[in-house]
Amino acid sequence: MNIGLKNLLLKTADDSFIVGHRNSEWTGFGPFMEEDIAFASMAQDKIGHAWALYKLVEQMEPDHSAEWLAFQRPLKEFKSCHLVELPNAEYDFSLIRHFLFDEAELLRYTLFLESSFEPLTHLARKIKGELKYHTMHAETFLFQLANGNEVSKARMQSALNECFPYALGLFESFEGEKELIQEGIYPGEQVLKDKWLAAIAEMIAEAGLKMPEFHAASSVEGGRNGYHSDFLLPLLTEMREVIAIDPNAEW
Amino acid sequence: MTEQLVMEALTEVYDPEIPNLSVLDLGMITGVVVSGNQINVDMIPTYAACPATSFLQKIIKEQLVEKFPNAEITVQVITSIHWDTNRITENGKLKLKEARIAPPPVHKGEVTREMLLGVTCPQCSGVNTFLQIPFGYTLCRAIHFCKDCNASFEQFKPVALS
Repeated sequence: MNIGLKNLLLKTADDSFIVGHRNSEWTGFGPFMEEDIAFASMAQDKIGHAWALYKLVEQMEPDHSAEWLAFQRPLKEFKSCHLVELPNAEYDFSLIRHFLFDEAELLRYTLFLESSFEPLTHLARKIKGELKYHTMHAETFLFQLANGNEVSKARMQSALNECFPYALGLFESFEGEKELIQEGIYPGEQVLKDKWLAAIAEMIAEAGLKMPEFHAASSVEGGRNGYHSDFLLPLLTEMREVIAIDPNAEW
Repeated sequence: MTEQLVMEALTEVYDPEIPNLSVLDLGMITGVVVSGNQINVDMIPTYAACPATSFLQKIIKEQLVEKFPNAEITVQVITSIHWDTNRITENGKLKLKEARIAPPPVHKGEVTREMLLGVTCPQCSGVNTFLQIPFGYTLCRAIHFCKDCNASFEQFKPVALS
């Protein structure tokens, strides 16, 4: 299989898988019931999206099942970015991460709709329809809290400042990316990043917050090439508890 | 054994969460083929992550085995077709209202914000309502609040492809 395509599918799947699990960690801990429901639903959606992508990789490389990719692949072969690996922390951080991540995700799948690789276009049609509710939720809370009171505005701003360098790591380049661009499978991370910056700058300004300053060295990278944050190993260990006990357990 | 009889049997296979709403009402059945003593049913999941999909696959098979004990039955979940809410039948929408769930509006290829505002309350049929959260107790629902009834209600969320 084309290495660039495999990396693209796996990193998209891994991001969804890991942030999906992080979303699920709000179950029972949300600030009120509807938010508990929101993050639990989004978690379920995201893990479903990851599963669909792992299945696509499995179809193309049948010697590794979707279950293996999710639960038995070595840490270094994971392609998740540090942004999704970070623990949930306070709600302001989680909401900002949700906003920054999901806006990128929606744009990513919009780009997938134009791919020359048909199975990806086909899957994108389904997933993008579901992601619209994720961004709707994120944007609603961004606007409500940025326009709440002095405290909520300050907290949203500081969470944005803190989260931003990690969000930039979403667009880290990966092996095989150039070939994907040439083959019309994917226009590349720089294109996605430019679209994302434009989209969120507008919403951040509308919310009355300040866009964080950044430069080339701001971005927290490494995840796309197997160099992960300290948080990934304990998270995967927890996610793999069942299969560690019974390797034949089915997802 | 005909496709018609198989479809009739499927009208009795219900969504586990919504009373009287069949898999046909939901638009989940994409193909029924009867050939000799073989019955093949193709179905699609609603949401990518819907946990009821394999359960529905199982109960569809059980229903057909019961109704057609001499047939060879296969039920498969296919991915070549995607589900969206426009596949829900008019009958399905009536059943949703009976279950006190606001049915989704028909969309023209895209879900707009307007589809989630001022949704008709399935209890009082008023429109003095607002969206509380675009998620609900299952993946397919959003929670709204009716100011006249002073109570929440669920809406089957409109979903379009891309």
